[in-house]
Amino acid sequence: MNANVISDQMNKDFVLAVEGLTVSFDGFKAVNDLSFYVDENEIRVIIGPNGAGKTTVLDLICGRTKATTGSIRFKERELTRMKEHEIVRAGVGRKFQNPSIYEDLTVFENLEISYPKGRTVRGALTFRRDSAVKERVQEVAETIFLADQLDQRAEYLSHGQKQWLEIGMLLIQDPELLMLDEPVAGMSVSERKKTAELLNRIIKDRSVIVIEHDMKFVEDIAHKVTVLHQGKILSEGSMAKVQADPKVIEVYLGH
Amino acid sequence: MTTSAPTSGRTFFLRPQDMIGIAILAVLLVVILPLTLDNFRLQFVGKYLTYAFVALGLVLCWGYAGILSLGQGVFFGLGGYCMAMFLKLEASSVANTKIQTTPGIPDFMDWNQITELPLMWQPFNNLGLTILAVILVPALFAFIVGFAMFKRRVGGVYFAIITQALAAILTILIVGQQGYTGGINGITDLRTLHGWDIRTDAAKTILYFVCVGLLIACILLAYYVKSSKLGRILVAMRDKEDRVRFSGYDVASFKVFVFCLAASLSAIGGAMFTLQVGFMSPSFVGIVPSIEMVIYTAVGGRLSILGAIYGTLLVNWAKTSFSESFPELWLFGLGGLFIAVVLIFPNGLAGLWQTYVAPRLGPLFGGTAKRAVPSPASEPAVPAAPAVAE
Repeated sequence: MNANVISDQMNKDFVLAVEGLTVSFDGFKAVNDLSFYVDENEIRVIIGPNGAGKTTVLDLICGRTKATTGSIRFKERELTRMKEHEIVRAGVGRKFQNPSIYEDLTVFENLEISYPKGRTVRGALTFRRDSAVKERVQEVAETIFLADQLDQRAEYLSHGQKQWLEIGMLLIQDPELLMLDEPVAGMSVSERKKTAELLNRIIKDRSVIVIEHDMKFVEDIAHKVTVLHQGKILSEGSMAKVQADPKVIEVYLGH
Repeated sequence: MTTSAPTSGRTFFLRPQDMIGIAILAVLLVVILPLTLDNFRLQFVGKYLTYAFVALGLVLCWGYAGILSLGQGVFFGLGGYCMAMFLKLEASSVANTKIQTTPGIPDFMDWNQITELPLMWQPFNNLGLTILAVILVPALFAFIVGFAMFKRRVGGVYFAIITQALAAILTILIVGQQGYTGGINGITDLRTLHGWDIRTDAAKTILYFVCVGLLIACILLAYYVKSSKLGRILVAMRDKEDRVRFSGYDVASFKVFVFCLAASLSAIGGAMFTLQVGFMSPSFVGIVPSIEMVIYTAVGGRLSILGAIYGTLLVNWAKTSFSESFPELWLFGLGGLFIAVVLIFPNGLAGLWQTYVAPRLGPLFGGTAKRAVPSPASEPAVPAAPAVAE
């Protein structure tokens, strides 16, 4: 499917439409004229060698890095012109590569801060921990296997539990587009299995973009795979198609 | 599934050990010190307490939110100057200043050939406007500085240096604009507040109690902010600013808020300083006093609201005692104290208390609060076993 033939009215069907996206850092184009489209409820995995620009793509979508040119449309809204917190409020959630949680707070408080209410200064001052908040936190904590750790300070969690907590912090926001950067990196085999199970449960009813190196894991979850190389799309399609692509084999899988 | 602590909720923003801590401080300041100290010494305590307002602001701004300001003297000074301007105008009645070329304006203006009260001074004829100015002028200044810095994501050391530069700039400005500010001498010879002579011992005792009352009110406010969700967001921001930003918060607005709050608290202290000590000068605005105020907070414990109050009292008491006997040694003592805090007990006196003393006293004294950042979810009444026993 060629991106250029897709007309504007067809874009409505896509949750995310990235077109002609380029970002250059002092002349180095980390992402170069990139276009791709993510469907509703689609699970898209981005793979590629180190330095291919995978994380930069997520940074661009969530507003952490500003694009040099190109557009990112999320449900008809142009994300390149929005601030980070506005993008989150529009429904885009992002998990960082290293577990990014608040170590000095408890698991409950970590989840509570991510609860999408009281996000302004005044809202936060008058925020009340009512039963709706508690129920939602409890529900998410059970999903991420941390229901009996709610009072634990997050710094005492294991690496895998921290990853789950951050996934939970995204889940409680109920984003329409969820972006995960290497969610199973650094996990033990059993944690990895549990995480795959967890991800399979939470990626329902939303669009997901995942960056992952673990091929077995990718095969399990991907609807469609995008292979990036030097900031450009090398190949795109089903896992089987991508794996059979000689270009991909040459730069990535073959090694 | 079995945890009940977070779901038990909290109906009040003070935990039992906080209430006990505040009560002990209140008894110390309202009963014990006035009964045991003579008037002269009590006035010293009153003066120290005005710095405690600054330390309180620093706990929220630096301890909780991680924003180190080395320019809190600016806000202390702005609050103090606002109050001093009102008192000076009252002291400069036409009857009091009839020997001047232009009677009815402050003496230093007359010396500088100013013949009419400047516009900037006009609102300070009114006590209500003055009180508003004490709180709002520093907050507005903090808002402008904070907005400009935090929206551009200036933080950490850079922010600290900029605040320090502001302290230097404001000092130079005050010293240079002698006709409008009283210059290096500051605003002196303050006499009455609405006709009430503030120079008598009786008035100073009353002002001491007013200061204590305001301090307790500000402590309660600080506890409220700390225990609200905003307090937890500040801690979260200090740890992982990006995670907070990508959870849908406008991080800069929270930083601006806490910086303005700290500024207003400092300014209340400054205004009380002017009232109790009877003058205000640029020597309370500059870099040195600003850094000393950070040291008070560090010694007391930058993560502890009450710790910072005790730290301020102790360091100032030590300063007065040392300066009386070995004036030349004091600065070395202060420097040594700061190094000791940084190297040996980073959470200050409050950290020592929480590590060594509180666990022996039981849960009502915060025995279960293992770390300096207390988690509101773990009520001491419910022994929060998982939070302590790893």
